[in-house]
Amino acid sequence: MKKKSASTDMTAMCDVAFLLLTFFILTATAKVPEALPVDTPSSTVLTKMPDTDLAIITIGKGKDGVSKVFFDMKGRELRKETLAGMGTKLGVEFSEEDKAKFALMDDFGVPLANLKQIIDMKAADRSKAPQPGIPMDSLDNQLKDWLLVSRRAAIDLSGGTKELQIAIKGDAKEDYPKIKKIMDILQDQKINSFSLVTGMRGKDF
Amino acid sequence: MAELNTNDSGGGKGGKVRSKKQNSKVDLTAMVDLAFLLITFFMLTTTLSKPQAMPLGLPDKDPKADEKPMKVDEKRTMTIMMGENNKLIYYMGLLEAPIAGPKDIAYGKEGIRKELLSRKKSVIEYTGNKDKGIIVIIKPGKKSKYKNLVDILDEMAISGVGTYAIVNDFLPKETELLEKK
Repeated sequence: MKKKSASTDMTAMCDVAFLLLTFFILTATAKVPEALPVDTPSSTVLTKMPDTDLAIITIGKGKDGVSKVFFDMKGRELRKETLAGMGTKLGVEFSEEDKAKFALMDDFGVPLANLKQIIDMKAADRSKAPQPGIPMDSLDNQLKDWLLVSRRAAIDLSGGTKELQIAIKGDAKEDYPKIKKIMDILQDQKINSFSLVTGMRGKDF
Repeated sequence: MAELNTNDSGGGKGGKVRSKKQNSKVDLTAMVDLAFLLITFFMLTTTLSKPQAMPLGLPDKDPKADEKPMKVDEKRTMTIMMGENNKLIYYMGLLEAPIAGPKDIAYGKEGIRKELLSRKKSVIEYTGNKDKGIIVIIKPGKKSKYKNLVDILDEMAISGVGTYAIVNDFLPKETELLEKK
C-alpha cells in the first residue's frame, strides 16, 4: 500500500494569508497619543462614527486639573481648507508647509495665534507640550469660528452634498454645565443633532 | 540544501549512490499559523478602535420662539433630576400634585430602569393609545456630571422611551429637593 503524505500543500493558503495580512497592515492607521486623554462614559447605543467629515470637540481636565476644550477634524483636505479659512478670518498667516503638516496632525487646544508653534513641533512633543485649550468665552470665541469655518469647508469640498458631522467627546467626570456650554455654542449655529462619543458597555448592565 | 551534484551525474552502471531526492516541500504550518494570528489581530484592532457614538438630537433653540408651547397631559410626564454624587430624583406629573414621588432612586437596572419600564406601561394603559406614550423630562443639575447625562440618555434607549427632552430650567422647589441631602 502506498503511503500517503500527511502534509497538505499550504503554499496557496500561505499566500492568501499574507496577502490579507499586508492589506490589514496597510489599511490600519497608527494610533497617536491624544493631546488630551479623556475617559468617555459608556453606553449601550453604539453607532460607528465616520472616518471623514467629522469634527470632534474634546472636553476634559488636563494634567493641571483645569477643564480644557480641544478640537479635532478628520479628513486631510478638510483640515487644510479649515486652517486656511481660519487664517484669513483671524489674520494669521500659514504657509503651505504648515497646512500640509496640520493635515497630518491630530487634536489641538491652543488659540490660533499659538497654533504655528504646535505645528512646528515634532509629533512626539505635541502631546507633551502644555496646551491651554481653545478659547471659547464671549469675547474670543474661537471654538465657534473653528466650527463655522470647518462646516463651510466641508460643504465646499464636497460640492454641497456632505455636511460636517459633529461629535462631543467629554470626560465622564466633567461637570454638566461645561458640556452644556458646548451644546449651546453648537445650538447657536443651528446644529441640533450631534453625537456623544461613548465607550462600549455590556448588554446586561 | 542547495548543493549541486555536478560530478558523474549521468552515472554509469557502477555509479555511486544517486543523490537522494530531497523533499522540496517546506512545512508551512507554523508560518500560516502566524500569518492568521496577525490577520486576526489587525482585523480586530482596526474595527474595534473606531470610536462609538450616541446620536443626540436637540430641539431648535430659537431666540424668538413665536411658536406656542405645546401643551401635554401632565399625567404622561415623568421628570428625572440629576444632582451631585449620582443623586437621582424622579416624580410623575406636576411637582405640586405628583402622581408618584418625588423620590430618590438609583441608577441602573434595579433602579430607574425598572421604574421607567413600569411607568411606560401604565401611561400607555392610561392614554389607551400606543403613540401617546410616556414623556420624560431630563433635568441635569448644575452639579451633575456628564456621565449622569449619558447614563440617563442610555436608559431612554434601553427602555425604548422615544419622547424625552433635556430641560435646564429648575423650579425653586426642585432645586431645594436636589440640594437636600
